[in-house]
Amino acid sequence: MTQYMLSVIHPEDFAYAPGDQERAFAQVDAFNTEILESGRWVFGGGLVPPSSATVVDGRSGAAVVTDGPYVEVKEQLGGFWVVEAADQDEALELARKASAACLHPVEVRAFQGEG
Amino acid sequence: MPDSPGPVAGPSRDQLDATIADRITEIVRAEHGRVVATLIRRLGDIDLAEDAAADALVTALERWPADGIPPNPGAWLTTTAGNKAIDRIRRENKRDAKYAEAAMLTDDTPPPDHGPVEDDRLRLIFTCCHPALAPENRVALTLRLLGGLTVAEIAHAFLVPETTMAQRITRSKQKIKNAKIPYRVPRAEDLRARLDGVLAVLYLIFNEGYLASEGEGLRADLSTEAVRLTRQLAALVDDPEVAGLLALMLLTEARRPARTADGALVTLDEQDRSLWDATLVDEGHRLVRRCLTTNRPGPYQVQAAINAVHTDALDASMTDWAQVVQLYDQLLALQPSPIVELNRAVAVAELDGPEVALSIVDRLDLAAYHPWHVARAELLRRMHRYDEARAAYDRALELTGNEAERAHLTGRRDSL
Repeated sequence: MTQYMLSVIHPEDFAYAPGDQERAFAQVDAFNTEILESGRWVFGGGLVPPSSATVVDGRSGAAVVTDGPYVEVKEQLGGFWVVEAADQDEALELARKASAACLHPVEVRAFQGEG
Repeated sequence: MPDSPGPVAGPSRDQLDATIADRITEIVRAEHGRVVATLIRRLGDIDLAEDAAADALVTALERWPADGIPPNPGAWLTTTAGNKAIDRIRRENKRDAKYAEAAMLTDDTPPPDHGPVEDDRLRLIFTCCHPALAPENRVALTLRLLGGLTVAEIAHAFLVPETTMAQRITRSKQKIKNAKIPYRVPRAEDLRARLDGVLAVLYLIFNEGYLASEGEGLRADLSTEAVRLTRQLAALVDDPEVAGLLALMLLTEARRPARTADGALVTLDEQDRSLWDATLVDEGHRLVRRCLTTNRPGPYQVQAAINAVHTDALDASMTDWAQVVQLYDQLLALQPSPIVELNRAVAVAELDGPEVALSIVDRLDLAAYHPWHVARAELLRRMHRYDEARAAYDRALELTGNEAERAHLTGRRDSL
């Protein structure tokens, strides 16, 4: 099994249309239950908006702290899952379900192998 | 014998009301930080604390003109605002009301302390000036929450649209909540660095007000606000740099009345020193002397000491330039910067002549900084190198937008 990160991508300052939020939350709950029961769940969660992010650069020893996300782009990471999948095909299928559940596109990336 | 016969016209009812309303507004503004800071700790919610403080102001404006101003207006406002907060929670969410009520009723003792100082305003200023917030947001939050300035006032002072400022403040408050920026005084080992961050915000606010050109009343008020906040901080934290910053602000502010004439900037050597505010100068000098006794020098204290030397001289020719240069040497050791070197060079010109000073100035990489061109212009002028001086004035004029300074520089250039 390989671990994949499924990242939820949405526009900055995104807000669900009325009704969509309840629907998405219920669908995501159902998806979470499904992957928990099938043993594919590793971790998952939603993030506060990118405007509440902070970047810390400790390369020079003392921390250089900057308000806001690392890059100002229109699309930002809104949350993510880490799942176990046998291969890319299975990960893509999980991502399809995840995307349909949360009503956003989902980016799939495998974690580096241990070897 | 009365000076004038007949009944003396007293202030009208309307004038009295206006006076009381002004006094109430003044008291409420002075107490705003304390009220909001206490409520944030008890309620854990900045927006609710602000709304409740605003409700308490409305109540004060209704009641105080008739009932008189209470003996301890700060405590009255805090209690009233606390009750208003509970009313608001009741209206919006029944479940939390009991908890809030309990917090308001029982929590009259100082909270359990995480840092060396207890006042809630200190927690609030460290939260507002947290490094995870952008510097301009630290400034806006400090003025809003501790200073009690309205969003419109802050927007006006920083020359941005009100909607922009409102969004900036809302986002910052959201970030405090979302990212869980702590509401506490930093631990002793972090205090020094974090305090420097707070002082930088206060000095920034002061300079925004001080460096503004004339006729921008609200911007001048920023200096007054910065002095008041620094005074409060100095009363809460026993730290020589806080006292040093306060002294630096007072000795700078004292010269404001002499700083412009007919819309043009008047430089220190030409100012009418009788216009300086003697009370502020005295207070600044007392603070500088106290810092010297403490003997833990820092950049603000040394800058205050430099200003103390200037404000000690009855006229510019009596300035103790050797001491000024010595203090700049100390400042350079504490805080090396080409801008400090430039200021030092200006003092060196008085001691060792313009040639020596110009050789220092010309080594500095400050061509984008208009005071560098001004310093060069003045030195070249004294060396009778008028064409070069004129070119330097021109370059300085291209780089500054401040009208009072432009008027001054134009006058200097045209008098060559």
